[in-house]
Amino acid sequence: MFGAGGDSHDSHAKVRNGAGTAAAWPAGCPATESTRASRGLEQFVLTLRAMPTTAVLDLGPINQENTDQVSNLGHRIYFSDILRPLDAVWDDPDLSENRKIEEILDQTLNYPESCIGGAMVWDTFQHLPAPLLEAVVERLYYLLNPGGLILTFFHADEKARSVPNYAYRILDAKNMVLTPRQLRPREQFFNNRALERMFQNYGAVKFFLTRDHLREVIVKR
Amino acid sequence: MWSRRKEEEYSPKQSYNPPSPADAKEGNTMSNMPSRMESESYRPSSAASIGKSVMIKGQIISREDLYLDGELEGTVELNEHRLTIGPNGRVQANVKAREIVIIGTIHGNVEASEKLEIRKEAKLIGDIRTARIVIEDGAYFKGSIDIIKQDVGKQEKQQPRPQANAAAAASGGSAPVAEMKR
Repeated sequence: MFGAGGDSHDSHAKVRNGAGTAAAWPAGCPATESTRASRGLEQFVLTLRAMPTTAVLDLGPINQENTDQVSNLGHRIYFSDILRPLDAVWDDPDLSENRKIEEILDQTLNYPESCIGGAMVWDTFQHLPAPLLEAVVERLYYLLNPGGLILTFFHADEKARSVPNYAYRILDAKNMVLTPRQLRPREQFFNNRALERMFQNYGAVKFFLTRDHLREVIVKR
Repeated sequence: MWSRRKEEEYSPKQSYNPPSPADAKEGNTMSNMPSRMESESYRPSSAASIGKSVMIKGQIISREDLYLDGELEGTVELNEHRLTIGPNGRVQANVKAREIVIIGTIHGNVEASEKLEIRKEAKLIGDIRTARIVIEDGAYFKGSIDIIKQDVGKQEKQQPRPQANAAAAASGGSAPVAEMKR
Protein backbone atom coordinates (compact mmCIF):
# COMPACT_ATOMS: atom_id res chain seq x y z
CA MET A 1 0.00 0.00 0.00
CA PHE A 2 2.79 2.40 0.86
CA GLY A 3 4.86 1.48 -2.17
CA ALA A 4 7.64 -1.02 -2.53
CA GLY A 5 10.52 1.34 -3.19
CA GLY A 6 13.94 1.10 -1.59
CA ASP A 7 16.33 -1.76 -0.96
CA SER A 8 15.88 -5.47 -1.08
CA HIS A 9 16.03 -7.65 2.01
CA ASP A 10 19.55 -8.74 1.04
CA SER A 11 20.91 -5.24 1.25
CA HIS A 12 18.83 -4.76 4.39
CA ALA A 13 20.77 -7.50 6.14
CA LYS A 14 24.11 -6.37 4.71
CA VAL A 15 23.98 -2.80 5.95
CA ARG A 16 22.40 -3.80 9.23
CA ASN A 17 25.25 -6.14 9.94
CA GLY A 18 27.67 -3.30 9.58
CA ALA A 19 29.26 -3.84 6.16
CA GLY A 20 30.77 -0.53 5.10
CA THR A 21 28.92 1.36 7.79
CA ALA A 22 31.63 3.89 8.59
CA ALA A 23 32.50 4.59 4.94
CA ALA A 24 28.94 5.11 3.79
CA TRP A 25 27.82 7.44 6.55
CA PRO A 26 25.96 10.21 4.72
CA ALA A 27 27.35 13.73 4.70
CA GLY A 28 25.36 16.18 6.78
CA CYS A 29 24.20 13.54 9.25
CA PRO A 30 25.94 13.68 12.61
CA ALA A 31 28.15 10.63 13.11
CA THR A 32 28.66 11.39 16.78
CA GLU A 33 26.32 12.39 19.55
CA SER A 34 24.76 15.78 18.85
CA THR A 35 22.08 18.08 20.19
CA ARG A 36 19.27 19.27 17.97
CA ALA A 37 16.35 21.65 18.44
CA SER A 38 13.03 20.21 17.35
CA ARG A 39 9.79 22.07 16.75
CA GLY A 40 8.00 18.77 16.33
CA LEU A 41 9.14 17.69 19.78
CA GLU A 42 8.13 21.08 21.19
CA GLN A 43 4.58 20.72 19.92
CA PHE A 44 4.42 17.07 20.98
CA VAL A 45 5.50 17.94 24.56
CA LEU A 46 3.09 20.89 24.70
CA THR A 47 0.20 18.62 23.79
CA LEU A 48 1.29 15.94 26.26
CA ARG A 49 1.53 18.53 28.99
CA ALA A 50 -2.10 19.45 28.48
CA MET A 51 -3.29 15.84 28.53
CA PRO A 52 -4.62 14.13 31.63
CA THR A 53 -2.44 11.24 32.82
CA THR A 54 -1.88 8.88 29.95
CA ALA A 55 0.70 6.48 28.52
CA VAL A 56 3.43 7.51 26.09
CA LEU A 57 4.97 4.93 23.82
CA ASP A 58 8.65 5.14 22.85
CA LEU A 59 9.66 2.94 19.93
CA GLY A 60 13.36 3.46 20.58
CA PRO A 61 15.67 1.81 23.09
CA ILE A 62 15.14 2.51 26.78
CA ASN A 63 16.99 5.51 28.19
CA GLN A 64 17.05 7.59 31.34
CA GLU A 65 16.25 10.94 29.75
CA ASN A 66 12.98 10.00 28.05
CA THR A 67 11.85 8.13 31.14
CA ASP A 68 12.48 11.20 33.31
CA GLN A 69 10.92 13.69 30.91
CA VAL A 70 7.74 11.72 30.34
CA SER A 71 7.42 10.84 34.03
CA ASN A 72 7.85 14.49 34.96
CA LEU A 73 4.88 15.31 32.75
CA GLY A 74 2.90 12.92 34.94
CA HIS A 75 2.59 10.18 32.31
CA ARG A 76 3.59 6.54 32.20
CA ILE A 77 6.14 5.55 29.55
CA TYR A 78 6.16 2.35 27.50
CA PHE A 79 9.29 1.26 25.66
CA SER A 80 9.20 -1.06 22.64
CA ASP A 81 12.35 -1.01 20.53
CA ILE A 82 10.73 -2.19 17.32
CA LEU A 83 13.95 -2.53 15.31
CA ARG A 84 15.23 -5.26 17.62
CA PRO A 85 12.52 -7.84 16.86
CA LEU A 86 12.60 -6.69 13.24
CA ASP A 87 16.24 -7.76 13.00
CA ALA A 88 15.53 -11.03 14.76
CA VAL A 89 12.37 -12.01 12.91
CA TRP A 90 12.26 -10.45 9.45
CA ASP A 91 15.04 -12.48 7.86
CA ASP A 92 13.79 -15.81 9.25
CA PRO A 93 13.19 -17.97 6.14
CA ASP A 94 10.90 -20.37 8.03
CA LEU A 95 8.24 -17.76 8.71
CA SER A 96 5.66 -16.43 6.25
CA GLU A 97 5.38 -12.67 5.85
CA ASN A 98 2.08 -12.58 7.75
CA ARG A 99 3.56 -14.62 10.58
CA LYS A 100 6.55 -12.26 10.79
CA ILE A 101 4.27 -9.23 11.00
CA GLU A 102 2.13 -10.93 13.65
CA GLU A 103 5.22 -11.86 15.63
CA ILE A 104 6.71 -8.34 15.56
CA LEU A 105 3.41 -6.67 16.48
CA ASP A 106 2.95 -9.18 19.26
CA GLN A 107 6.40 -8.48 20.67
CA THR A 108 6.21 -4.71 20.45
CA LEU A 109 2.68 -3.32 20.20
CA ASN A 110 0.45 -5.66 22.18
CA TYR A 111 -1.31 -3.04 24.28
CA PRO A 112 -5.02 -2.41 24.90
CA GLU A 113 -7.10 -0.27 22.56
CA SER A 114 -6.93 3.54 23.01
CA CYS A 115 -4.47 3.40 25.91
CA ILE A 116 -1.75 5.61 24.40
CA GLY A 117 -1.78 9.41 24.40
CA GLY A 118 1.41 9.87 22.39
CA ALA A 119 3.81 7.71 20.40
CA MET A 120 7.44 8.69 19.86
CA VAL A 121 8.23 6.70 16.74
CA TRP A 122 11.41 8.71 16.00
CA ASP A 123 12.97 7.58 12.68
CA THR A 124 11.87 3.94 12.76
CA PHE A 125 9.05 4.10 10.19
CA GLN A 126 11.49 4.53 7.30
CA HIS A 127 13.30 1.29 8.24
CA LEU A 128 10.23 -0.92 8.25
CA PRO A 129 9.44 -3.05 5.18
CA ALA A 130 6.23 -1.82 3.48
CA PRO A 131 3.82 -4.58 4.64
CA LEU A 132 5.05 -4.28 8.22
CA LEU A 133 4.84 -0.49 8.10
CA GLU A 134 1.22 -0.66 7.02
CA ALA A 135 0.42 -3.03 9.90
CA VAL A 136 2.28 -0.85 12.43
CA VAL A 137 0.48 2.32 11.31
CA GLU A 138 -2.83 0.48 11.61
CA ARG A 139 -1.95 -0.90 15.05
CA LEU A 140 -0.92 2.55 16.30
CA TYR A 141 -4.29 3.89 15.19
CA TYR A 142 -5.88 1.20 17.36
CA LEU A 143 -3.65 1.97 20.35
CA LEU A 144 -3.88 5.77 20.30
CA ASN A 145 -6.60 7.75 22.04
CA PRO A 146 -8.64 10.00 19.76
CA GLY A 147 -6.54 13.18 19.71
CA GLY A 148 -3.37 11.21 20.50
CA LEU A 149 -0.18 12.14 18.62
CA ILE A 150 2.60 10.39 16.76
CA LEU A 151 5.98 12.13 16.56
CA THR A 152 8.08 10.78 13.72
CA PHE A 153 11.12 11.78 11.65
CA PHE A 154 12.18 10.95 8.11
CA HIS A 155 15.49 11.37 6.38
CA ALA A 156 15.24 14.23 3.90
CA ASP A 157 17.72 13.08 1.23
CA GLU A 158 15.67 11.50 -1.53
CA LYS A 159 18.63 9.66 -3.06
CA ALA A 160 20.05 7.99 0.04
CA ARG A 161 19.53 4.24 0.03
CA SER A 162 20.81 3.74 3.55
CA VAL A 163 20.21 6.28 6.29
CA PRO A 164 21.39 6.60 9.88
CA ASN A 165 19.23 5.35 12.69
CA TYR A 166 19.59 7.31 15.92
CA ALA A 167 18.64 6.90 19.54
CA TYR A 168 16.72 10.05 20.51
CA ARG A 169 16.87 11.42 24.04
CA ILE A 170 14.68 14.29 25.12
CA LEU A 171 16.88 16.94 26.67
CA ASP A 172 14.09 19.41 27.40
CA ALA A 173 10.81 20.48 25.83
CA LYS A 174 12.55 21.82 22.71
CA ASN A 175 15.83 19.93 22.35
CA MET A 176 16.93 16.37 21.96
CA VAL A 177 20.21 14.48 21.78
CA LEU A 178 20.81 12.21 18.79
CA THR A 179 23.08 9.22 19.36
CA PRO A 180 23.97 7.28 16.20
CA ARG A 181 23.03 3.60 16.42
CA GLN A 182 23.72 2.22 12.97
CA LEU A 183 23.32 2.78 9.26
CA ARG A 184 20.23 0.97 8.00
CA PRO A 185 18.60 0.59 4.61
CA ARG A 186 15.69 2.92 3.96
CA GLU A 187 12.76 0.90 2.69
CA GLN A 188 11.25 3.82 0.81
CA PHE A 189 11.38 7.60 0.53
CA PHE A 190 8.41 9.51 1.87
CA ASN A 191 7.42 12.83 0.39
CA ASN A 192 4.53 14.82 1.85
CA ARG A 193 2.03 13.15 -0.45
CA ALA A 194 3.22 9.66 0.51
CA LEU A 195 2.99 10.57 4.18
CA GLU A 196 -0.53 11.89 3.80
CA ARG A 197 -1.47 8.62 2.07
CA MET A 198 0.19 6.60 4.81
CA PHE A 199 -1.81 8.34 7.53
CA GLN A 200 -5.04 8.78 5.57
CA ASN A 201 -7.14 7.25 8.37
CA TYR A 202 -5.76 9.67 10.92
CA GLY A 203 -7.19 13.09 11.73
CA ALA A 204 -4.31 15.34 10.66
CA VAL A 205 -0.71 15.33 9.47
CA LYS A 206 1.54 18.30 10.24
CA PHE A 207 4.93 18.85 8.61
CA PHE A 208 7.67 20.97 10.11
CA LEU A 209 10.20 22.79 7.96
CA THR A 210 13.78 22.00 8.93
CA ARG A 211 17.15 22.90 7.44
CA ASP A 212 18.96 19.66 8.12
CA HIS A 213 18.67 15.99 7.22
CA LEU A 214 15.55 15.25 9.28
CA ARG A 215 11.96 16.00 8.31
CA GLU A 216 9.70 16.23 11.32
CA VAL A 217 6.11 15.10 11.22
CA ILE A 218 3.32 15.05 13.80
CA VAL A 219 0.27 12.93 13.13
CA LYS A 220 -2.95 13.34 15.07
CA ARG A 221 -5.28 10.39 15.63
CA MET B 1 24.90 10.99 48.05
CA TRP B 2 26.34 7.57 47.28
CA SER B 3 27.49 5.74 50.38
CA ARG B 4 30.91 4.17 50.40
CA ARG B 5 29.38 0.77 50.99
CA LYS B 6 27.35 0.94 47.80
CA GLU B 7 30.41 1.81 45.74
CA GLU B 8 32.16 -1.20 47.12
CA GLU B 9 29.19 -3.43 46.42
CA TYR B 10 29.03 -2.76 42.71
CA SER B 11 32.19 -2.57 40.69
CA PRO B 12 31.47 -3.86 37.17
CA LYS B 13 34.47 -4.91 35.10
CA GLN B 14 34.76 -3.57 31.63
CA SER B 15 36.68 -6.47 30.16
CA TYR B 16 35.22 -9.90 29.58
CA ASN B 17 36.87 -12.86 31.29
CA PRO B 18 36.43 -16.24 29.66
CA PRO B 19 35.19 -19.09 31.89
CA SER B 20 37.91 -20.54 34.07
CA PRO B 21 38.82 -24.25 34.09
CA ALA B 22 37.18 -24.42 37.53
CA ASP B 23 33.84 -23.49 35.95
CA ALA B 24 34.25 -26.18 33.33
CA LYS B 25 34.82 -28.77 36.05
CA GLU B 26 31.57 -27.73 37.71
CA GLY B 27 29.68 -28.56 34.54
CA ASN B 28 29.36 -25.02 33.25
CA THR B 29 29.16 -25.50 29.51
CA MET B 30 27.98 -22.00 28.56
CA SER B 31 30.95 -20.46 26.83
CA ASN B 32 29.64 -16.91 27.09
CA MET B 33 28.95 -17.12 30.83
CA PRO B 34 30.91 -14.63 32.93
CA SER B 35 33.61 -16.16 35.08
CA ARG B 36 33.13 -16.79 38.80
CA MET B 37 35.39 -13.79 39.55
CA GLU B 38 33.33 -11.46 37.40
CA SER B 39 30.03 -12.73 38.70
CA GLU B 40 31.21 -12.41 42.31
CA SER B 41 32.20 -8.78 41.81
CA TYR B 42 28.54 -7.75 41.53
CA ARG B 43 27.64 -9.54 44.74
CA PRO B 44 27.00 -7.42 47.85
CA SER B 45 29.13 -8.85 50.65
CA SER B 46 26.40 -8.91 53.28
CA ALA B 47 23.57 -10.36 51.17
CA ALA B 48 22.23 -13.88 51.10
CA SER B 49 23.17 -15.52 47.85
CA ILE B 50 21.68 -17.92 45.34
CA GLY B 51 24.42 -19.18 43.04
CA LYS B 52 24.40 -19.47 39.29
CA SER B 53 23.95 -23.24 39.25
CA VAL B 54 20.83 -23.12 41.44
CA MET B 55 17.33 -23.34 40.00
CA ILE B 56 14.30 -22.55 42.14
CA LYS B 57 10.60 -22.96 41.43
CA GLY B 58 8.41 -21.28 44.00
CA GLN B 59 8.15 -18.24 46.23
CA ILE B 60 11.03 -16.43 47.89
CA ILE B 61 10.29 -14.16 50.85
CA SER B 62 13.42 -12.71 52.41
CA ARG B 63 14.06 -10.50 55.44
CA GLU B 64 17.59 -9.69 54.33
CA ASP B 65 19.28 -8.51 51.13
CA LEU B 66 19.47 -11.15 48.43
CA TYR B 67 21.82 -11.73 45.51
CA LEU B 68 20.24 -13.98 42.93
CA ASP B 69 22.52 -15.32 40.22
CA GLY B 70 20.64 -18.52 39.41
CA GLU B 71 17.31 -19.36 37.81
CA LEU B 72 13.99 -18.65 39.44
CA GLU B 73 10.40 -19.30 38.45
CA GLY B 74 7.76 -17.99 40.87
CA THR B 75 7.70 -14.82 42.96
CA VAL B 76 10.22 -12.83 44.98
CA GLU B 77 9.37 -10.51 47.88
CA LEU B 78 11.95 -8.60 49.88
CA ASN B 79 9.77 -5.77 51.01
CA GLU B 80 12.33 -3.87 53.09
CA HIS B 81 15.50 -5.11 51.44
CA ARG B 82 17.67 -5.01 48.36
CA LEU B 83 17.55 -7.56 45.58
CA THR B 84 20.34 -7.94 43.03
CA ILE B 85 19.78 -10.08 39.96
CA GLY B 86 23.31 -11.11 39.00
CA PRO B 87 24.66 -11.40 35.45
CA ASN B 88 23.71 -15.08 35.28
CA GLY B 89 20.35 -14.56 36.95
CA ARG B 90 17.31 -15.62 34.95
CA VAL B 91 14.10 -14.75 36.69
CA GLN B 92 10.63 -15.55 35.49
CA ALA B 93 8.69 -13.98 38.31
CA ASN B 94 7.07 -10.89 39.70
CA VAL B 95 9.62 -9.17 41.89
CA LYS B 96 9.06 -6.80 44.79
CA ALA B 97 11.73 -5.17 46.96
CA ARG B 98 12.83 -1.88 48.46
CA GLU B 99 15.74 -1.59 46.06
CA ILE B 100 16.39 -3.71 42.98
CA VAL B 101 19.48 -3.96 40.79
CA ILE B 102 19.11 -5.88 37.53
CA ILE B 103 22.17 -7.14 35.70
CA GLY B 104 20.68 -10.38 34.39
CA THR B 105 17.30 -11.23 32.88
CA ILE B 106 13.80 -10.78 34.27
CA HIS B 107 10.56 -11.76 32.65
CA GLY B 108 7.90 -10.38 34.98
CA ASN B 109 6.70 -7.26 36.72
CA VAL B 110 9.10 -5.36 38.95
CA GLU B 111 8.18 -3.16 41.90
CA ALA B 112 10.80 -1.23 43.84
CA SER B 113 9.49 0.97 46.63
CA GLU B 114 12.68 3.08 46.65
CA LYS B 115 14.95 2.56 43.67
CA LEU B 116 15.47 0.41 40.61
CA GLU B 117 18.76 0.16 38.71
CA ILE B 118 18.89 -1.38 35.24
CA ARG B 119 22.46 -2.15 34.21
CA LYS B 120 23.60 -2.19 30.61
CA GLU B 121 23.71 -6.00 30.44
CA ALA B 122 20.15 -6.34 31.75
CA LYS B 123 17.16 -7.66 29.86
CA LEU B 124 13.77 -6.90 31.32
CA ILE B 125 10.37 -7.74 29.89
CA GLY B 126 7.57 -6.60 32.15
CA ASP B 127 6.08 -3.57 33.83
CA ILE B 128 7.96 -1.42 36.32
CA ARG B 129 6.65 0.50 39.32
CA THR B 130 9.26 2.41 41.25
CA ALA B 131 9.94 5.65 43.08
CA ARG B 132 13.30 6.20 41.35
CA ILE B 133 14.97 4.61 38.35
CA VAL B 134 18.52 4.54 37.03
CA ILE B 135 19.01 3.19 33.51
CA GLU B 136 22.31 2.41 31.83
CA ASP B 137 22.51 2.64 28.05
CA GLY B 138 22.48 -0.72 26.31
CA ALA B 139 19.87 -2.44 28.46
CA TYR B 140 16.92 -4.09 26.76
CA PHE B 141 13.50 -3.29 28.13
CA LYS B 142 10.00 -3.92 26.88
CA GLY B 143 7.13 -2.76 29.05
CA SER B 144 5.88 0.24 30.97
CA ILE B 145 7.48 2.43 33.62
CA ASP B 146 5.32 3.95 36.31
CA ILE B 147 7.08 6.36 38.65
CA ILE B 148 5.43 6.47 42.07
CA LYS B 149 5.57 9.98 43.49
CA GLN B 150 5.78 8.95 47.13
CA ASP B 151 7.36 12.07 48.60
CA VAL B 152 4.85 14.44 47.03
CA GLY B 153 2.01 12.42 48.50
CA LYS B 154 3.59 12.42 51.96
CA GLN B 155 4.24 16.18 51.89
CA GLU B 156 0.71 16.92 50.81
CA LYS B 157 -0.66 14.80 53.65
CA GLN B 158 1.55 16.49 56.20
CA GLN B 159 1.19 20.08 55.00
CA PRO B 160 -2.00 20.86 53.14
CA ARG B 161 -1.49 23.95 50.97
CA PRO B 162 -4.70 26.00 50.86
CA GLN B 163 -3.01 28.74 48.79
CA ALA B 164 -2.26 26.36 45.95
CA ASN B 165 -5.83 25.07 46.03
CA ALA B 166 -7.16 28.60 45.97
CA ALA B 167 -4.96 29.43 42.99
CA ALA B 168 -6.22 26.37 41.16
CA ALA B 169 -9.82 27.28 41.91
CA ALA B 170 -9.25 30.83 40.71
CA SER B 171 -7.98 29.57 37.37
CA GLY B 172 -11.10 27.53 36.77
CA GLY B 173 -9.91 24.57 38.83
CA SER B 174 -7.35 23.49 36.28
CA ALA B 175 -3.81 24.14 37.40
CA PRO B 176 -1.06 23.24 34.89
CA VAL B 177 -0.82 19.46 34.70
CA ALA B 178 2.95 19.31 35.05
CA GLU B 179 2.89 21.47 38.14
CA MET B 180 0.23 19.38 39.80
CA LYS B 181 1.97 16.12 39.19
CA ARG B 182 5.51 17.01 40.13
